[in-house]
Amino acid sequence: MNTETENKTKEMAQKTERITGSEAIIRCLLEEGVEILYGYPGGAIMPVYDELYKFRDKIHHVLTRHEQGATHAAQGYARISGRVGVAMATSGPGATNLITGIADAQIDSTPIVCITGQVASHLLGSDAFQETDIVGISTPVTKWNHQVTKASEIPEVIAKAFYIAKSGRPGPVLIDITKDAQFEEFDFSYKKCTGIRSYNPVPKINIDAIKSAAALINQAKKPMIIWGQGVILGKAETELKAVIEKAGIPAAWTILGASALPTSHPLNIGMVGMHGNYAPNRLTNECDVLIAIGMRFDDRVTGNLNTYAKQAKIIHFEIDPAEVDKNVKTDIAVLGDSKASLATILPLLNKNSYPEWLQEFKDLYNIEFEKVIKNDLHPTKEGLTMGEVLNEINIQSKGNAAIVSDVGQHQMIACRYADFNITKSNITSGGLGTMGFALPAAIGAKMAAPEREVVAIIGDGGFQMTIQELGTVLQQKLALKIVVLNNEFLGMVRQWQQLFFDKRYASTEMTNPDFVTIAKGYYINSKRVKTREELADAVKEMIASKEAYFLEVCVEKEDNVFPMIPSGASVSDIRLS
Amino acid sequence: MNEEIKTFTISIYTENNIGLLNRISAIFQRRHINIESLTTSQSEIEGVNRFVIVVNISEVQAKKVVKQIEKQVETIRAYYHTDEETIYTESCMFKIKSALLFEEPQIQNIIKDSNSQIVTVNREFFVLEKSGRRHEIESLRRDLNVFGIMQFVRSGRIAVTKSEMKITEMLLAFNNQ
Repeated sequence: MNTETENKTKEMAQKTERITGSEAIIRCLLEEGVEILYGYPGGAIMPVYDELYKFRDKIHHVLTRHEQGATHAAQGYARISGRVGVAMATSGPGATNLITGIADAQIDSTPIVCITGQVASHLLGSDAFQETDIVGISTPVTKWNHQVTKASEIPEVIAKAFYIAKSGRPGPVLIDITKDAQFEEFDFSYKKCTGIRSYNPVPKINIDAIKSAAALINQAKKPMIIWGQGVILGKAETELKAVIEKAGIPAAWTILGASALPTSHPLNIGMVGMHGNYAPNRLTNECDVLIAIGMRFDDRVTGNLNTYAKQAKIIHFEIDPAEVDKNVKTDIAVLGDSKASLATILPLLNKNSYPEWLQEFKDLYNIEFEKVIKNDLHPTKEGLTMGEVLNEINIQSKGNAAIVSDVGQHQMIACRYADFNITKSNITSGGLGTMGFALPAAIGAKMAAPEREVVAIIGDGGFQMTIQELGTVLQQKLALKIVVLNNEFLGMVRQWQQLFFDKRYASTEMTNPDFVTIAKGYYINSKRVKTREELADAVKEMIASKEAYFLEVCVEKEDNVFPMIPSGASVSDIRLS
Repeated sequence: MNEEIKTFTISIYTENNIGLLNRISAIFQRRHINIESLTTSQSEIEGVNRFVIVVNISEVQAKKVVKQIEKQVETIRAYYHTDEETIYTESCMFKIKSALLFEEPQIQNIIKDSNSQIVTVNREFFVLEKSGRRHEIESLRRDLNVFGIMQFVRSGRIAVTKSEMKITEMLLAFNNQ
């Protein structure tokens, strides 16, 4: 052995330490910069919880009240911070309870790592107590998953898990670790993962594609941008703004792209999709060049594909090659990271403006304002609207709050009307539409960004799906603001029943408990508002509160969300009533 | 692009990991695509596996499915090819009563004409093996079926492509990064 190798071997020997698999798990998490994780203990993960106890001054474990809450909290943490969220659960039911959150993270590209305990390896396949094939179950809803049966595999597998979760198009990773691997001792050392030979997370930018895209944009008469969450995930907000401003192109957003550009920006023309704004939906079918940036042409955005932007040339900026031509045939695909792609195209774009084209958006906005927005935000009728609650939150938070919404009518209202000054401020379950998402996700968001005002906006249906997480708010002493917009209905389903099923309200009416009393039971300051006169003061009090605050607003029972593109209709057929 | 349903051979180079088969088959299952045959084996590169999957789908679908497969972390590369673009074969085995060899002399001619081989013979039965195209195997099966077949089994398709795959170059490029 020459001196150099000898020194290297010595160095390695110094770096390794003999520890158990469960201690290694915690040490790996610390190496990855994890400060907070969400979870729920149980038999097959107990050795890891024992280590969490020993490391409790270095890593904060948050006990949620259900494993689903742990994954949603990890998602909220990831969505507001851009960092990897971590959730932990035991085997069997603990692991299966994670699945909804994992599926949500998969379809919304959220980087989370889930660690599950598993029965000892000699029991695998024997139908042991709390044994379930969680790797098999989670395969279709994870970006990657892996079962560990030997302690020595732990460092490499966890390093890979974090790398895969956050690189390229992010997503959830599940690592299942048998109990014997948790107990086993081995020589520990840690090396971060920097690449995997079979995995190319960020396609190389093709400069010819960029040049063709720039040429097409420069000669366009009616260009329109639709951006999605790819801009936020790629940290490309500044580049997006620069491109929009230089090229003077009106820009709309998908639900997950919201907040990447401030709501008040003069070229921000609103939301596309089923309950998006009138102008960008209608004019999708009028533009001559449609520039899609980090969005995936979801069916809730496009409506009927056969009548979607057929007149336009389509440019698709996208990190995931599988998204190109998946739903909408593109003319120019610009593969690569959104930040790098937008920065590369910027100098090739001509400085431009389209005042007449922009006026078309303004004209249609005015129609939408008269027919819908005015009545939502400044109603004169008796019952409270969800829109006026949002308006009051905008006023009191000055548009600086992070809005975490659940799923349903209130979600559409929140996304339509919330003012966003700061990026990563619209946290909602877009692709999966998971009711019960908001409360636990808001917990994760508030813990990742305690300095931010975080307001959860939830319907009375979704609230009762994860209501137990009020216990987590209490135990963690979070200054989280929770608004329940109570219409005593599963409002969005009721709206569809009204419009498409002749008002046959099958199982959508809810007999609700006294939410304020429940919140008080968790020692959370709470208030119920029933009239317009009480609303402003109540919202003011909530936003001013230094502690958790629960506000129930009893809104009109049978209000509908408009505009609306009926399922399967064209974006041109968007209805205002 | 063509919406016509055709036979496509999908070739996938992957890492050799537990669970990957499940992940890949799930991509077909989600889209309600029936897998006609599936074979996995070592590839020309040490430690790299090769899947050969045969499906009857449109080219539009084939393209999307291949992208979804390539998206999997442990997939190195995936391709789709038409029959004309590949050299392919299947193999099969027949177990037949030995007595028939003497009682039915045509069987010997069938064996000779079909280019099949006797793998083993004993007092009770003999085993015949053949590789070739599906129609050749089917024709042999029909010919032998007249006399009675104790067992018949056919493998999935294996195929090599006429064009180059360049997997080794791709892996070398990663190592040199």
